Amino acid sequence: MAEEQREPRRTYRDGARAVGPLAVAVAGFGVSFGLLARSAGMGWLAPIVMSATTFAGSAQFAAVSVLGAGGTVAAAVAAALLLNARYGPIGVSVAPWLSGPPWSRFIRGQLVVDESWAVAAEGDGRFDPRMLVGAGLTIYVAWLAGTTVGAVGGQALGDPARLGLDAAFPALFLALLVPQIRSRRTLSAALAGAAIAFVLTPFTPPGIPIVSAAAACLLGVRKP
Amino acid sequence: MSPGGAEAVTSTWLVVALVGAGTVAIKATGPVLLGGRKLPARVSSVIGLLAPALLAALVVTQTLASGRHLQVDARLLGVAVAGIALWRKAPVLVVIVLAAAATAIGRLLV
Repeated sequence: MAEEQREPRRTYRDGARAVGPLAVAVAGFGVSFGLLARSAGMGWLAPIVMSATTFAGSAQFAAVSVLGAGGTVAAAVAAALLLNARYGPIGVSVAPWLSGPPWSRFIRGQLVVDESWAVAAEGDGRFDPRMLVGAGLTIYVAWLAGTTVGAVGGQALGDPARLGLDAAFPALFLALLVPQIRSRRTLSAALAGAAIAFVLTPFTPPGIPIVSAAAACLLGVRKP
Repeated sequence: MSPGGAEAVTSTWLVVALVGAGTVAIKATGPVLLGGRKLPARVSSVIGLLAPALLAALVVTQTLASGRHLQVDARLLGVAVAGIALWRKAPVLVVIVLAAAATAIGRLLV
């Protein structure tokens, strides 16, 4: 394998550049999160603090929608953390490529979101840590700025569903999914994950179908 | 302001704090405990399939789920348009804008 000769080295800036188009989209989602959170009665400060400290879009949307629909604190927290459970294995997947002291790994681990992870993936389970940090910081700034605009600038835009913003999410996930399909095996995992989520949706609370879909990765236990 | 003002404010901040702390802990686990160490090939192979499985699940739920119901609405139109745009190799941002626009137009028409 010629792995050792992989040149030139990627920089933080490469990560920021690669994630640029996604960052614009994330800023837009941030605006819609700020708007939605405000319309759900969270005020303007709580959404901004949440984006600064949680930094996980789909989970934040889940928590806000449960609260907005009159759900309990426990239900909102459970939905959000179940959606974020995927960051457990995702964190494990990047861990081999993060060296340095624990505090530094702790901080860089926080910059792992779907978008930065996807951009840093080099295939075959390899990750570029600089791409990850550059992309993660860019997404963080975009998400926080967008949230602030949405929460403070607020109510002028109107109903996010009327603008079709709710369909922007599955479109984004689809765009992230397509480059992941590199083999028959990844295709099988995607189809199995989709099927699990589809079947469980009517029977389980929001969040559970997605976490359960992780079981599809067990297809990887077989020898290739 | 929604009914139960002070209580609602407390719930909001409680959710913000708990989700924040939980997420930070989840994200830190792998990098802090395993940093710099490689995983066995079999484990990497399993983890390599997590992304396609979860992303596909997110596509399905965000397109078809409405709470606990499966519901076909204008979102499906948007995602179909996104699929076509991706197949035509459109940039991600174009894909997302097209999906939102198709959905918004679909809602106007229905």
